Amino acid sequence: MTAYIIRRLMQSAAVVLAMSIIVFLGLHVVGDPIYLLIDPQADQAEIERTIRRLGLDQPIYIQYFNFIGNALTGNLGTSFVHGTSALKLIVDRMPATLEIAIAATLMSIFIGIPLGLYAGLKPDGFISKSIMATSILGFSLPTFWVGIMMIMVFAVMLGWLPSTGRGPTATFLGITSSLFTIDGLRHIAMPALNLALLKISLVIRLTRAGTREAIHQDYIKFARAKGISTSRIVGVHLLKNIMIPVVTVLGLEFGNLVAFSVVTETIFAWPGMGKLLIDSIQSLDRPVIVAYLIIIVLLFVIINLVVDILYSILDPRVRIGEKSA
Amino acid sequence: MTGPDQGATEPTLAVDGLKTHFFTKAGVVKAVDGVSLHVNPGEILGLVGESGSGKSITGFSILGLIDPPGRIVEGSIRYKGRELTTASYEELRSLRGDRIAMIFQDPMMTLNPVLRVDTQMIETVRVHHRVSKAEARERARAALAEVGIPSPESRLKNYPHELSGGMRQRVAIAIAFINKPDLIIADEPTTALDVTIQAQILAEAQALCARTGTAMIWITHDLAVVSSLADRIAVMYAGRVVETGRTADVVNAPRHPYTRGLINSVPSHNARGSRLAQIPGMTPSLMNLPKGCAFRTRCSQAIDACLEAPPIREIGPGREVRCFNPVAVAQSATVEATP
Repeated sequence: MTAYIIRRLMQSAAVVLAMSIIVFLGLHVVGDPIYLLIDPQADQAEIERTIRRLGLDQPIYIQYFNFIGNALTGNLGTSFVHGTSALKLIVDRMPATLEIAIAATLMSIFIGIPLGLYAGLKPDGFISKSIMATSILGFSLPTFWVGIMMIMVFAVMLGWLPSTGRGPTATFLGITSSLFTIDGLRHIAMPALNLALLKISLVIRLTRAGTREAIHQDYIKFARAKGISTSRIVGVHLLKNIMIPVVTVLGLEFGNLVAFSVVTETIFAWPGMGKLLIDSIQSLDRPVIVAYLIIIVLLFVIINLVVDILYSILDPRVRIGEKSA
Repeated sequence: MTGPDQGATEPTLAVDGLKTHFFTKAGVVKAVDGVSLHVNPGEILGLVGESGSGKSITGFSILGLIDPPGRIVEGSIRYKGRELTTASYEELRSLRGDRIAMIFQDPMMTLNPVLRVDTQMIETVRVHHRVSKAEARERARAALAEVGIPSPESRLKNYPHELSGGMRQRVAIAIAFINKPDLIIADEPTTALDVTIQAQILAEAQALCARTGTAMIWITHDLAVVSSLADRIAVMYAGRVVETGRTADVVNAPRHPYTRGLINSVPSHNARGSRLAQIPGMTPSLMNLPKGCAFRTRCSQAIDACLEAPPIREIGPGREVRCFNPVAVAQSATVEATP
């Protein structure tokens, strides 16, 4: 197990390195940030000074090595725009994004799995067919449109929920989150549901497909022949067998939620990392973009590791790091 | 063991005129079409037939495990006098695994791959009996020991994939016996196993039945298997029982042409060098059975009367055959001579 984790971490380091080179070069090609950053009235001397201050006068490979050197000490550069540490900028915004991603993932688990199970167990019923038809909408409607419609219906027409921003936070067990206040929950409900819609549909389809397949397996029939109650057959015998694809997808999708919740965060003015990324791209704030993408790569690495470990818990046939099986 | 019933003892299970049909889009599949059989306490009944003869469906019907589009359309299944075809779901569920247990064909598929052996055994006890987890676990350990599994304590902690096929089937048998049921339905439990393991399992199942007084229906396509195991045999063809009787009688003097064909198909019944005898043709589609006797089209001694469905007739004590023109006793004694 330990050897396995070390090997995985080394692979991840290589990925991060390759990523950083690509991003660094790519951003260099995209454009020169200096004219976006500087006051249009500034004279040439002022411009020269700023370029030197930001280190943009150096050849690209020197800039890169400087960046790597700093990165190894935990310094991912200083934002051109804000003048503060890029890492700190991102970390400050992270709780808001994590919280919305977690809320959306919880929704996809607690809405998606029961609905998928139901649709799988009673495939011909009217309700099941409605669930499946609705899940197609969940896939195909664009997130931004659904978000805007939700604001229109629930915030403007019905006035039930606030349309923008994050609610007040409270600290519980050392975690500060808006999930622990009523008003915070009211604020997060819509953006989280908006973000979760596609994942819910995905989980419904995966769970249903898994259920349809597992329900005809001999071990389910054997469990029935043992007189086991239906609730235990579904909740234990069936569910544990169909969780593996669901866990895989939810893991990867969680990474996606954190990294690319840009659209939803923009619509609902949610002060998260996605909003920061968009702003940084617009102002070509290179250090922030690079730092952001590196953090995202690390995030995916960690999620994949967690998913692999979850596998071994769910399926005894998967034994991480051992050759014998 | 108990001979043919004399009416003195109530049979553990009595199936009468059972019809289980499957209503598919392509038509009605009459998988079981009028099966009658009974098992007495402690008796082993061999239910023999080809693939698709309805023998497994008969087993599942008894436990009420027929899924749509299939359902029991007619007939009665009485367990110790209690009618099961009209029993509620809960009533059936409380019988399953406790009074009537089942063993499946493929041990690789019957145990849940993600649950430990002890979990799967303990739940079988606890769903039917109010006992502590420790007590249930102790029963599980004892049941494993009973079926000849070495070091049962450590096997309890195994997952199914850590056990061999024969070992898994022993676990499944232990699960079937764990609540000391009155009847076990064994659906070809040795078909998927090596011959040596098969022999061990047969011997153990037989010994267990004798020791616990459990009755058993042993479903198989292999006459050789049941002839060493069963007290009585019922031969099924196309959803019906065509011949029943004591094992020795049926095997040594088959009266139905189909039974004779089955026996002749066993390689050991043939002289070395001669061609294997076989039943011509194949099992008819259950959706489109020949009119009258379903075996008529493959039968070497079909007569005009066979255009009508033959009724089951008693031809001796506990000996019944569904045929207008049964194999003569003398003829069936020299089975090698027939085509």
